[in-house]
Amino acid sequence: MLHVTIEIVARGYGRVIRLMVAFGLWCIPLGVMAQSIDDSVTSFDLENGMKVVVIEDHRVPVVQHMVWYPAGAADEPVGSSGIAHFLEHLMFKATDTLAAGEFSKVVAANGGSDNAFTSWDYTAYFQRVAADRLDLMMRMEADRMRNLRLTDDDIVTERQVIIEERNQRTENNPNALFNEQMNAAQYLNHGYGIPIIGWLHEMAELEMTDVYSFYRAHYAPNNAILVVSGDVEPDQVRQLANQYYGTIPSDTKIAKRVRPQEPPQRAERRLIFRDPRVGQPYVSRSYIAPERDRGNQQQAAALTFLAEVLGGGKTSLLAEELQFNSEIAVYAGAFYRGVSEDDTTFDIVVVPTPDVSLQEAEDAMDTVIEQLFETGIGVERLDRIKRQVRASEIYARDNAEGVARRYGAALASGLTVADVQAWPDILHSVTEEQILEVARSVLRHDASVTGWLVQSAETAE
Amino acid sequence: MKLIVTAFVVCLLPLQVLAGVDIKPVRSAGGIDAWLVEDHSIPFMALELRFRGGTTLDDEGTRGAVNLMTGLLDEGAGDLDSQSYARALEDLAASISFDASDDDVSVSARFLSENRKDVLDLLRLALIEPRFDQDAIERVRAQILSGLRSDATDPDVIAGNTFSKLAYGSHPYGSSGDGTLDSVSGINRDALVAVHRAALSRDRLYVGAVGDITADELGVLLDRLLSDLPKEGGPIPEPVEVLISGGVTVVPFDTPQSVVLFGHEGIDRDDPDFIAAFVMNHILGGGGFESRLMQEVREKRGLTYGVYSYLLPKDLAAVYLGSVASTNDRVAEAVDVIRDEWKKFAEAGATLEELEAAKTYLTGAYPLRFDGHGRIASIMTGMQMQGLALDYINVRNDLVNAVSLDDIRRVAKRVLDPERLHFVIVGQPDGLESTKD
Repeated sequence: MLHVTIEIVARGYGRVIRLMVAFGLWCIPLGVMAQSIDDSVTSFDLENGMKVVVIEDHRVPVVQHMVWYPAGAADEPVGSSGIAHFLEHLMFKATDTLAAGEFSKVVAANGGSDNAFTSWDYTAYFQRVAADRLDLMMRMEADRMRNLRLTDDDIVTERQVIIEERNQRTENNPNALFNEQMNAAQYLNHGYGIPIIGWLHEMAELEMTDVYSFYRAHYAPNNAILVVSGDVEPDQVRQLANQYYGTIPSDTKIAKRVRPQEPPQRAERRLIFRDPRVGQPYVSRSYIAPERDRGNQQQAAALTFLAEVLGGGKTSLLAEELQFNSEIAVYAGAFYRGVSEDDTTFDIVVVPTPDVSLQEAEDAMDTVIEQLFETGIGVERLDRIKRQVRASEIYARDNAEGVARRYGAALASGLTVADVQAWPDILHSVTEEQILEVARSVLRHDASVTGWLVQSAETAE
Repeated sequence: MKLIVTAFVVCLLPLQVLAGVDIKPVRSAGGIDAWLVEDHSIPFMALELRFRGGTTLDDEGTRGAVNLMTGLLDEGAGDLDSQSYARALEDLAASISFDASDDDVSVSARFLSENRKDVLDLLRLALIEPRFDQDAIERVRAQILSGLRSDATDPDVIAGNTFSKLAYGSHPYGSSGDGTLDSVSGINRDALVAVHRAALSRDRLYVGAVGDITADELGVLLDRLLSDLPKEGGPIPEPVEVLISGGVTVVPFDTPQSVVLFGHEGIDRDDPDFIAAFVMNHILGGGGFESRLMQEVREKRGLTYGVYSYLLPKDLAAVYLGSVASTNDRVAEAVDVIRDEWKKFAEAGATLEELEAAKTYLTGAYPLRFDGHGRIASIMTGMQMQGLALDYINVRNDLVNAVSLDDIRRVAKRVLDPERLHFVIVGQPDGLESTKD
């Protein structure tokens, strides 16, 4: 039904600047798990290879049941962009035992809500419902893992729906179109360069055979992660999971994820996107950057801090220089999304004040980066971020579903439970030297894409 | 974890979960009222403050002043300038956000127990002693103007502003609380000081608190935080009549998909029929894939990604709104289908099966809302503003279950008016033109 793009929230001024940065999933600036939260986490594998994570929170008798498939837009066959997301929509149609639409109807009739989302690395389905309905949710979710029965009519009608979805999210929104171009320019060879929802001309051609071939290639218990959070006991989840998912044979045809990787970037890339609907021009910069890797998350932790230091709110270097010490920008921010199967990006956005050109805004941004290398970060700034990291571990205990999403996304992106649990300590151990070192290796002009979003040719000057 | 936010399964309906949120009313020594849910299982709390009035308190010439003022509260206060304030807050790992809407100014804070006193001192400065420094005014003004320039070419915002103007005319509801490029450019410091005095006062304050704090501690905290606010604020405008009548307004805009906002007069939150209307709307278009609008417009015809309707009872007027977006050459069909469904429902009401499904969903989904300290604090504060009783959470599902098929039929006749349904369409819709009055 939906894939989520994040909005940049200009902190402290009570409104949202409507810029869309093309991240696949909501981005939690410091995605941190409390160690004390780990006490409530249990994980195990079923015999058929399905991974299971249970997060206990017994405060209210509610459960969230999620199944994540590590199969997203970056796993699509060439020419079939949008098929992962199209399948996500069609998963709410008929199976051998449920009529089209019945899945959601049954969830609603049990007082629950359900939905799904697609990213580049995964597709996930979830229901929130009273804890004593978990049994029913598992039965239906296990059913549609293998038994989807689509009609030609489903394909035709739902294809119109996803095209309207693309119209709504992207075609009607110059910021989204611009981000799509930025991504395409950043990734020459990897599937992260195609939009999750798909290119319009390819979406229009998606057929039943494409859907089933993607479904059969990826949807099986040995390629799925079950994450249950809320008022549940691990033993009870184990028993139910064995009953419903454990009886589905593993599929030996599921191939290990192999994707074309990016070649080294040897040239700076630049683009200008012009659209008469642009009300507020801005500069966007992206750099290819390492992601959190299994057993190796140190660089990603340093990049997480780098984003905070450079552009994580009013006290960041970009905000200080461009919004406070000068009147270059109305907004400046930096973003890094570490949970990703393959190389991710580090992004910077600068929205100039009316009398400042995009060239001036871009130059000022580059000056701030150079200053970072010269003057460093300072203990005080680093400590401030670490204090927030610690606090977010406490706040996370109030949000079991947030914790569930982090485990699901991490496990569907090549990380392990141990990696997720090691992450807070790794963040705490980050040093200034590590941040500057990773900044030097990532923030290089010849490994960057710079885009200008403008209303017309004139305003690009 | 210890349970203060308790909930339990009851046997009224086999599938029902009830969120028995245990709310305590608290009155401070200084006379400030609050609702509290104690939960000492995690060492932090959420605090929500709302001041009734919001952007309706703007003077005609300075539209956007309340919004700009709200954006400036944490941009320098007491002896701290904007950045010192932000650093102090980060040092305490707390978050405080301020927001202005049509009917209120809201403050949402979250902070660790160990930092409670220091965070409250900072919040107090923002509420009582904001500096409104000229450089901060100019900086935040520029951000708001940037947002307004984006809004000017955003079809959703254009649709919303057009509908508001038609529905409410010159009343503050008739224009965006953000103001216009002109009005925001003209707001000076004196105007900000004046709306600060008018908007944040104790006579219109509502408080919700959730988490690691006792009633006594909360009372002391509230007195220290709020007792220096003025006793009385500026006058809130009179209720406004919803002017909009049936028809179509097309706002030409060059974009592939038309954005549609439709609606007519609604029903007040304190109307005895409100709950019945709420259930009715759920069946007609209230979220979910099972609603009639979703089934007819999306599932059967693939005309849109989403179509919704919702009751919007504001303090000074009530409207019934809906939205849909369809490609320019298909939007006329979507509009026809919606108008038909509106008419059908007004004439024939719902089926028993639809009503039963709506009740199970609405009663089952209700407890799912109470997920997290901040959310609960916000819900409780909203309840106080709507004049709901302390035990409303516990009786709300009974109210939903008491709605009969006759109630639905009666309220559908009363509320749904296909003749008065007005469609605002932003785009290049084929086969649709503005109707003449």
